[in-house]
Amino acid sequence: MNPGATDQATAWSVASGPRGRGASSNAWRKRLEITFFVAPALVLFALFVIVPVLQAGHYSVYKWNGLGPLDNFVGLQNYVQALGDQIFQRSVRNNLTIAFLSIAIQLPIGIMVALLLNRRFRGQTAMRVIVFVPYVLAEVVAGVVWALILQPNGPLDALLDSVGLGAIGQVWLGDPKVALWTVMGVLTWKYSGLAIVLLLAGLQGVPEELHEAAQIDGASWWQVQRKITIPLLGPTIRTWIFLSMIGSLQLFDMVWILTKGGPVNATVTMATYLINQGTDRQQYGYASAVAILLFAISFILAILYQTFFLNRDAGEDKPRRKKVAR
Amino acid sequence: MKRTAALRAVALGAAVAMIATACASGSGGNEEAEGDGDNVTLTWWHNSNTGVGKDYYDQMADQFETDHPGVTVEVSAMAHEDMLTKLDAAFQSGDQPDVFMERGGGELKAHVEAGLVKDITDSAADTISAIGGSVAGWQVEGKTYALPFSLGVVGFWYNKAIFADAGITAAPTTMDELYAAIDTLKAAGIEPISVGAGDKWPAAHYWYYFALRQCSQEVLADATQTLDFSDDCWVRAGEDLEALVAKEPFNTGFLATVAQTGPASASGLLATGKVAMELAGHWEPGVMQGLTDDGLGLGENTGWFAFPAVQGGDGDPTAQLGGGDAWACSNDAPDVCVDFLEFMLSNEVQKGFAEYDMGLPTLPSATAFVSAPELAQLLAVRNEAPYIQLYFDTAFGESVGGAMNDAIANVFGSVGSAQDIVDATQAAAENA
Repeated sequence: MNPGATDQATAWSVASGPRGRGASSNAWRKRLEITFFVAPALVLFALFVIVPVLQAGHYSVYKWNGLGPLDNFVGLQNYVQALGDQIFQRSVRNNLTIAFLSIAIQLPIGIMVALLLNRRFRGQTAMRVIVFVPYVLAEVVAGVVWALILQPNGPLDALLDSVGLGAIGQVWLGDPKVALWTVMGVLTWKYSGLAIVLLLAGLQGVPEELHEAAQIDGASWWQVQRKITIPLLGPTIRTWIFLSMIGSLQLFDMVWILTKGGPVNATVTMATYLINQGTDRQQYGYASAVAILLFAISFILAILYQTFFLNRDAGEDKPRRKKVAR
Repeated sequence: MKRTAALRAVALGAAVAMIATACASGSGGNEEAEGDGDNVTLTWWHNSNTGVGKDYYDQMADQFETDHPGVTVEVSAMAHEDMLTKLDAAFQSGDQPDVFMERGGGELKAHVEAGLVKDITDSAADTISAIGGSVAGWQVEGKTYALPFSLGVVGFWYNKAIFADAGITAAPTTMDELYAAIDTLKAAGIEPISVGAGDKWPAAHYWYYFALRQCSQEVLADATQTLDFSDDCWVRAGEDLEALVAKEPFNTGFLATVAQTGPASASGLLATGKVAMELAGHWEPGVMQGLTDDGLGLGENTGWFAFPAVQGGDGDPTAQLGGGDAWACSNDAPDVCVDFLEFMLSNEVQKGFAEYDMGLPTLPSATAFVSAPELAQLLAVRNEAPYIQLYFDTAFGESVGGAMNDAIANVFGSVGSAQDIVDATQAAAENA
């Protein structure tokens, strides 16, 4: 746009615009500005999120090997097949197990470590960095390193041997009974850092005065944490649970690198199932149906969670917090 | 005020339009120059992306250009997995390169059905007859669509030193002898066999071979066409596999072992002397070389023997399981593309291909130039085989093959039965 023209236009509008019309055109202007700034993001969102989802929905009602036209319409057969497939059912179970265990294990760890790191001690910053490093590491790098550590007669077994615990050594990734727990362990190592950092940030929002007041009233450290800190961390915890849940449902890379969903499907997740049974076998219609199911499951859980838990934070929680803070 | 708004709206529209056109021009950019006559460009994708192989192919492209004035060969060398991924995407969008690799079987059939591959039955007739029977894996309904330039067979690669130390003097030729060798090796404290069951296909090769030994050639040929697995030889193959698995000959944690990546892979375990043998294709020496510090793999200790005979089977005990790579032309490639395929299968090019150990040449006159003794031995077995069965997963196509490999891997994990393999394969075939 030519700056001169803009100036002119502005001058014109200032000169001629009576007060009342000015207000309404101000509203217009605001709307246009919003449109202008939001549109590129919306366009990208539509192109790379909405359109692919719709396309997947379209493919999912065809049997299609990716070549040639979509001409074999099969209706909902792909969905029926997926929902009836034992391995897909297992993948859903595994995803839910991982989601539940992630929260059950990482939340207590996160709260405890965050509380510890929130106290002043020497090397505090260094500790915070160390705790966060696994989360920052690239998933693939971490996965490859863990695969090496966990290989039969690898470093982990050697370590256990050297401290006399050789007896609890396992075929960590090769035993169908053990593999899911091993993966869970690696995920805990990888993602606890996020919980800790988020909770640490949440802790900064808990006013010091409350602690002081409670201490003056004779509350012990534990009581202070239980009655004041953790309730005030509520919004942070609920947000983290949301992130963790969605991440668990869509889990792919770590599992793919460690086990590819094996051994004998012990660690299959919906996403690895999608790749393994869908795209790797050139069954793009079926893969799309599985993708839509994965999307639907994540979406429904996300909406439910939003409705029942997160809404509190957006609505009433804030004023209440203000009151407490005062 | 209104004009400002209008201007902004125009600017917004322009921005959106720009984004839209940017996206649009991104997708349609790969138009090939399909010159009529004088200037023709051939795009060629191959997977010899390192060392002598890459140099050799570059030289061959140059030479073809010299021999055919006006033709430019645009070579893209890429890693094997990258090439497969790119090819898949290219086939879907219909802009595959002019010259590409085909592995035959169900995959080729799908490409032919989608009209992506050029029929070269007549245009390359001389070369096809020179190659002989090996071309069968690249024919669909009597028409030839690609020229195989490398064809290998699967067999046991073993460590001669470990065998000798354990006191095994002759390579096993029957399953009983193989079982005896397994017992001997176990008694000597050595894990007998490594298998990359984590990747499934290396494990599946065992069942393929048992099926090859149990089923007659007619049953096999029939199954490839009709995907009918009702003959009970298929179940017997699974029972043979169950017996082998029950013997526990495999490396610790084999269910999660990968085929070829890293020292803990099945190939890595063989290359570093951790196990005595592995069932693998002709690529194994090359893979093992990449997995040892000295770049030699097992070196002089590399040994090879064919998959043992199975008692009571209907199949020919000397039939071999194998597969290979062929060059094919895109359906919309210029005619000179077929000349290029024939050039690649010429005596001269195949000879160099053999001398540089890039694979196992298919042209009979070039097989004498393979220098490595164990590969020469493998070639002799290949050339004497009454027929070479293409890997079943390739032959049946990926949707059936994938289900079959999964079911076979389940038997390795002792959670599936011989009947389950047949049932899963049949179910996938009916669904395909």
